[in-house]
Order: sequence, then C-alpha cells, then structure tokens
Amino acid sequence: MNEMNTEGYVTEDGRKIGGVVMEMRNITLRFGGVVAIKDISFDIRQGEIRAIIGPNGAGKSSMLNVISGFYNPQVGEVWYKGERRPQMKPYQVARQGIARTFQNIALFEGMTVLDNVMTGRLRHMHAGLVAQSLWKGRAEAEEVKNRESVEKIIDFLEIQHIRKTPVGRLPYGLKKRVELARALAAEPSILLLDEPMAGMNVEEKEDMSRFVLDVNDEFGTTIALIEHDMGVVMDLSDRVVVMDYGKKIGDGSPDEVRNNQDVIDAYLGVAHD
Amino acid sequence: MPEQVIWGMEVFLNGLMAGVLYALVALGFVLIFKASGIFNYSQGVMALFAALTLVGIMEGQVPFSHLINATFGTEIHHFGWHVPALLAILLTMAVMVLLAWLVNKLVFQHLVNQEPIILFMATIGLAYFLEGMGDMMWGSDIKTLDVGLPQGINPMIDEVTYGIFGYGFFIDNLDLWATGIAAVLVVALVVFAQYTKQGRAMRAVADDHQAALSVGISLNFIWVMVWSLAGFVALVAGIMWGTKSGVQFSLSLIALKALPVLMLGGFTSIPGAIVGGLIIGVGEKLFEFIVGPLVGGATENWFAYVLALVFLVFRPQGLFGEKIIERV
Repeated sequence: MNEMNTEGYVTEDGRKIGGVVMEMRNITLRFGGVVAIKDISFDIRQGEIRAIIGPNGAGKSSMLNVISGFYNPQVGEVWYKGERRPQMKPYQVARQGIARTFQNIALFEGMTVLDNVMTGRLRHMHAGLVAQSLWKGRAEAEEVKNRESVEKIIDFLEIQHIRKTPVGRLPYGLKKRVELARALAAEPSILLLDEPMAGMNVEEKEDMSRFVLDVNDEFGTTIALIEHDMGVVMDLSDRVVVMDYGKKIGDGSPDEVRNNQDVIDAYLGVAHD
Repeated sequence: MPEQVIWGMEVFLNGLMAGVLYALVALGFVLIFKASGIFNYSQGVMALFAALTLVGIMEGQVPFSHLINATFGTEIHHFGWHVPALLAILLTMAVMVLLAWLVNKLVFQHLVNQEPIILFMATIGLAYFLEGMGDMMWGSDIKTLDVGLPQGINPMIDEVTYGIFGYGFFIDNLDLWATGIAAVLVVALVVFAQYTKQGRAMRAVADDHQAALSVGISLNFIWVMVWSLAGFVALVAGIMWGTKSGVQFSLSLIALKALPVLMLGGFTSIPGAIVGGLIIGVGEKLFEFIVGPLVGGATENWFAYVLALVFLVFRPQGLFGEKIIERV
C-alpha cells in the first residue's frame, strides 16, 4: 500500500518541499475522562519545517508524544512513509528514524557531551559484540564513520569547546543544544523539537532559530516543532498547525494562520461557549 | 627481617586474595545498581543458586526430585550421567539468563518508576524465593564443587619465598586462580561498558529512561542483559566460593560482606568495587593479625562494617562513587 503524496510545493524562499512523510489521521487521545487531542488530522512533508502551536494545555506536547510513540492514541491512524504504523514502543519509533528532544531536556547527565551525542548513533551501529570489544573489522570502520558524523554535528552546532564536559555541568541553553545534537546524530527522517526555545533568553533564542534553519538547510532534515512563542514560529516554519483545547483550529502557511479569526481569538482569549 | 613482618606479608597477600572474592560479589551489585537503580539484595543468593545449579547439572541430579518423589511415590534422584564442567557452566549460564528474563518479566517490569525502597523490598522477596527454589530443586545438603580448578598450596611461591625469607608463604592455588579470573572479568566488563554499543546503551539507561527511549534503546532488553550479567558474575563468584568452602546456604551470606565493600568503593563504580574489596580483604586479615590477639580475636566478623561506618561519616559517596552535588 503506497499512498505517499509525491507532489510538493515551493516555499517563498525557493526551497522545494517534497511529498508527505508522515500523516496523522483523525487522532483522538484521552487520559481517563480528559480529551487531550480530539480528532486531529494533518501531514508533514519531506524537507519542511512544520510547527504545531497553541496556548498552554492545547495538546501540542501530547501530539508530539503520539508521533514519537510515547502515547498511543485511542482513535486514529499514524501513517509513516506511506505505510500505516502499528502500535509501537518509543524505542521502536526512534529506530524508524524519528528523533526528538524534550521540553524539560532529557540528557544523560553523567556522560560527556561527546558520549551523549554518540548515543544518538546507536541505531547506526551493527557490529557484533566481540568485534566491538576488540575493535576489529567492521566495528572499527563503523566507529570511525560514526565518530566522523558526530564530530561534524558537534562542529555544526558550535559545541566543540565542551565536547569532553559532563552534561550535568552545562548551563541550560547549551544543554538544549546538546540535546539537538544527539537527535541530529541519529540522521533522522523527521526531527521532533518540543519547545526548543522554552526558557531561553533572546540571544539564545536567536541562536537556536538559526540552528534550526541551518539544520533544515544543510541536512535537508524534516522538522516538526512545538512552540508557543508566536514570533519565533512565524519566522521559522513553512506551515503551521494551530491547536486549542485539543482541537485543530487552523492549518496553513504562517500568513494564513496569522489572519485566521479562530486563531486570533484563541490567542487573545475570547470566551468559549 | 623479623618474622612478625614476614608473617604480616603473608597475611597481606592472603587478604588480597580474599578481597578479590569480596570484590566479585560486590561487582554484581554495582552492575545492577548502575543500570537500574535497584539495590539487589538477592545477589548473594543468586551466587548460591548458580553454584547449586552447577553442581546439580554436573552430578546429573534430577531437579525437584524430592517434590517428585513425594508426589508420585517414586525414587528417582539421578539421571545417571555426569556432565563435563565446561558444558555444565554453559548450561548454568543459560539458566541464569532465563532467570534474568523471568525476574524482569514477572517482577521488575511491573515496578518501573517505583521508589527505590520498593524495588529493594522486591529483591529481598526475590532472595527468599530463590533460596527456597534452590532448596527445592537441588536439595539442602552441603555439596562439594569441583570444576577442575587447582587447589592447595602453591609450591612455587612456597619455594621462592622460602629462598628469600627462610619462610615459605602459604598461598592457595585456588586464590591465585580466583584473582586471575576476577581480573579478566573486570577488564572484560569495563571494555564492555565503555566501548560497545550495548555498554553505552546500558550507561544511557542508567542515566535517563526517557532519553534512552528517544534514541532507540529498549529498556527491557537492557534490564534483562544487566540481570544476566549479574547472574554471570554471581556464577563466577559461586564457583570460587563453592570450590573453596562447599556449596551451602552460608554462601548467600557473603552478600552481606559485599555491603561494606560497596560503602567503600561507591555503589556506582566498577573499579571502586575492586579496590573496596581489596581494602576490606587486606584490612580485616591484617587487623585480625595485629589487633586480634589483643582483643581475643574474631575481629573479622565486624571489622569490615566498622570500616564502612567510618567511611560513611567522612566520604559517603565512597572512594570512587559519583560525587553527590545538590543544586539548590
């Protein structure tokens, strides 16, 4: 079964966006009596920066957790690369090439920056245990290749100076960057960023925005991100899904979304009936 | 050289050898604690269980024979064959892996994200369960274990030291072997943890579950792997202790000696377990030798614990444990 939509579109700045990589169909997610996501559908296309925005408690993080397999929706289908995805554990989703970061940062605090980023490469290590221990044959070649790709990412995100520092000692902004590096190291088909700018000062936000754009540009990585800072999102993303109280209230280019009355109401706070 | 000093040196060497065995048991604790935050009280019983199973397989004992005989009125005890040591060790290892899988599947998978004290209680339960299981499967009589490791005084050391000091040291061959095997085991474990994919994944799981999941690590796989590793270390320790002093219930009590070793070495450090074991081994033998006669002996029973207590006061994280830094 292959329903992959191959036609894409061209962005304002001339980037070619490809077909649909991931599609959410009528997703509904409940926690007991609380409906976190209500019948939401949208797609993510090859090479685009796709944002999910909305006020606090809109269900954005829940949606990201559905994509990354941390939550399983009661209703709805997830389609990935033209195939319906069966219920999966988060680690299985990760092995399929969907990498993510967390709102509250989940790093291996006791390990160095380099080791942390290397864990991102785990899905690209296939050599046998004995070969790895003895550093022979396939393992050696693999390790060298993995090192190279990791160093490239470390260079790219400008964290060379802290390569050997245990992550626990780093300030918040740098931790966020290391987390991004680890996710990138997996060479993901889709990169999920959960509030990448949360808790950052203006300068750090600018840095992070630049990195997100550069990653997309340099590696052609498809990025889906959650953010509630409207300004940042509008500058970064190609298409935006807007959520409010678990429902989708808007979907389109930043300009379309900006002029959508429902979206304006949600953000400015109009009484819900 | 005064003979007191020469004897002291012999005691020191013997202490080192005893320490290696303590370190072996402590190593099992460290492995599980590092990867899952579980303090595995049943590590000592695992060593006993492994040794019992090994003897049982080697002797061709029928497992649960008492139970079977009592139920069906039969009289079967032995299959009538003997399994060579190496094969029996491999089979026992398979049993330990199966045990690891069961323990994770039936107990700890259901206790994810519980308080450490609850996990600890679960391991106490596991300890008593395993003890009873070992009894039921293989019987409770004391067994001798002989996998072909050389025992008795090492004549070369005896001769060489006699040549130098005019007094031959008594060093047991078994202790020498234990030291060598422990050294190989430690190097292998360190290489595994530091340089292999699975080792890196193990450290990752120990550090943060969510993050580990997000890079594609299966927590269950790692837990089963770690319990299997601990089972392997238990088997090695069981072989050493079992050969030395017979396979019997008191084997499980060596786990208690591992506690002070961990206090010294830190719960999270593999080298710490080794050094801690050596310090305790040497410390208690030397203390017994020097101070023992003055206080009527039997200091070996308490020395390790008092030393651990002193360490708790001055260096709670142990010699090599990760430093405890609380951010306020």
